Amino acid sequence: MGSPALILFLAFYLYPALQNLQFATRRWDGITEPENVGFRNFTNLLTNDDLFYKTLGNNLEFTFLVVIFQTALALLFAVYLVKNSKTNIALRTLYFFPTILSSVSVGMIWLFLYDPNFGAINLFFTKAGLPSFALNWLGSESSALYAVAFTQVWFHTGQMMVVYIAGLQQIPKELYEAAEVDGASRWKQFTKITWPMAMPTTLVVMAYTTIQSFRAFDLIMVMTNSTAGPNNSTNIFSTLVYFTLFNELRLGYAAAQTIFMVVTMVLITWLQRKAFGKRYEK
Amino acid sequence: MIFKSSRVFALVTFAALILIPSLIVVLGSFKTDAEVYNKPLSLPENWNFDNYRRLLSDSDLDVSFRNSIFVTFASVLLTLIFASLASFAIARMITVSGKVLATLFAFGLAIPAQINLVPIYYIFRDLGLTNSFFGLILINVTTTLPISIFILTAFFREISRDMYEASEVDGASPLRIYRSIALPLSRPAMGATAIFLFVINWNDLLWPLLLIQESDKKTLPLAMLAYRGEYFVSFSMLFTAVMVASLPMIIMYLMMQRSFIAGLTAGAVKG
Repeated sequence: MGSPALILFLAFYLYPALQNLQFATRRWDGITEPENVGFRNFTNLLTNDDLFYKTLGNNLEFTFLVVIFQTALALLFAVYLVKNSKTNIALRTLYFFPTILSSVSVGMIWLFLYDPNFGAINLFFTKAGLPSFALNWLGSESSALYAVAFTQVWFHTGQMMVVYIAGLQQIPKELYEAAEVDGASRWKQFTKITWPMAMPTTLVVMAYTTIQSFRAFDLIMVMTNSTAGPNNSTNIFSTLVYFTLFNELRLGYAAAQTIFMVVTMVLITWLQRKAFGKRYEK
Repeated sequence: MIFKSSRVFALVTFAALILIPSLIVVLGSFKTDAEVYNKPLSLPENWNFDNYRRLLSDSDLDVSFRNSIFVTFASVLLTLIFASLASFAIARMITVSGKVLATLFAFGLAIPAQINLVPIYYIFRDLGLTNSFFGLILINVTTTLPISIFILTAFFREISRDMYEASEVDGASPLRIYRSIALPLSRPAMGATAIFLFVINWNDLLWPLLLIQESDKKTLPLAMLAYRGEYFVSFSMLFTAVMVASLPMIIMYLMMQRSFIAGLTAGAVKG
């Protein structure tokens, strides 16, 4: 009964994944005869490619910022909106709303908001008498990556908030009641009950946000004009692979890049488990 | 006190951060560019559908809209059929294939299909599956199978064993049990999964960008990306395109908020 699914999965997931390993050992433009170069793609990436290191740095910074802020905000809003009152449910519906939009739409909206000449953000700062805050958000190397990261957090915080709310509602109410009797402050209740009890949810949220941040491909393609920002400042792994494949026609090199992408992704998720998982197991 | 005032401040700020851009887009789709740039939040001077008319006459967005509807519906339907069959096999472990499937798909969950960008491009080009809806649907179904199977397996496992056993005693075949017991009982789960798949497929840019070049085959996100290139300076037109692309999802969201949130977070929790 599972055979249609199995066939598709073997043919278009597992087989390509294995083939990717083989591609990574070749020099190939996709048209002429491929040339076997052994591990030279990998050594080239590691020793002779500044763009690769820049991309790695961008990707790590982007993922770090998005994971920290998205997780923290999602938890904060979940704590604020955990009770099922009418206003809370309405606010949850609103916060969740961006999740249903396409990243292309979200990218276009923020392309406008960030626009240096016409955008609403700079209009706001100018009218508020703070023209020095009016920056070329997406057009300058120092702010482009942060601008995209902000949009990514705006895009998905509501979704992670709902995941957190589901987790928080599992925590037995008696724990809070007992703490209340003991006169524990709200902050104490948060650090002693909510945070440790929500740790399994936190791990899920962080893992999902990490994978999501690696897929910010669409946002970057839309917001930074398909060139990954000024001086590659918004290039992350997924856009790098795409450009190597289509603009440079280096299939083997792109395949090697994806392998580094997977390794980085797995390493980050593993580190998160290592850092937070222990306390959770106790 | 601190809790209450910081709560109100945080909640209002984030609500404004979502409401204001949304308002700018909705109002902007009825405005001229000058109005959008100077008074992004004011009401349009003349309410008219000029931008929408121009969008339809100037672009192929209506073709892309139809393409997106076809590709999305076909992908969701096929994924649901294949995923529910596989999940049933896994949940019931009727054959060895159930166990093999479970392990394989767990692998697929951990490592997103995006890593296969290069080989998929190459394989599909050789099979003549680029610039084809069939190819796009094939890759959509494959990449969303692991997550769908994960969600559905959990639900099929919850159906009580007695139900299955009773029908097995009656001599019903696995396919029959699947059709007359498992499927009807798991309707809510199938609905949630369908919504999740709908949003993913409707909004996806990566696979169309990789596989589709011909303009009459483009899906909506891909056509919008090209449109952005053409109309880079006209935000009122871009807003109109955003409205057209988002409206089906917004209407569905307003009608079925609960199932939407359930579907999209089931995907998140298990993804």
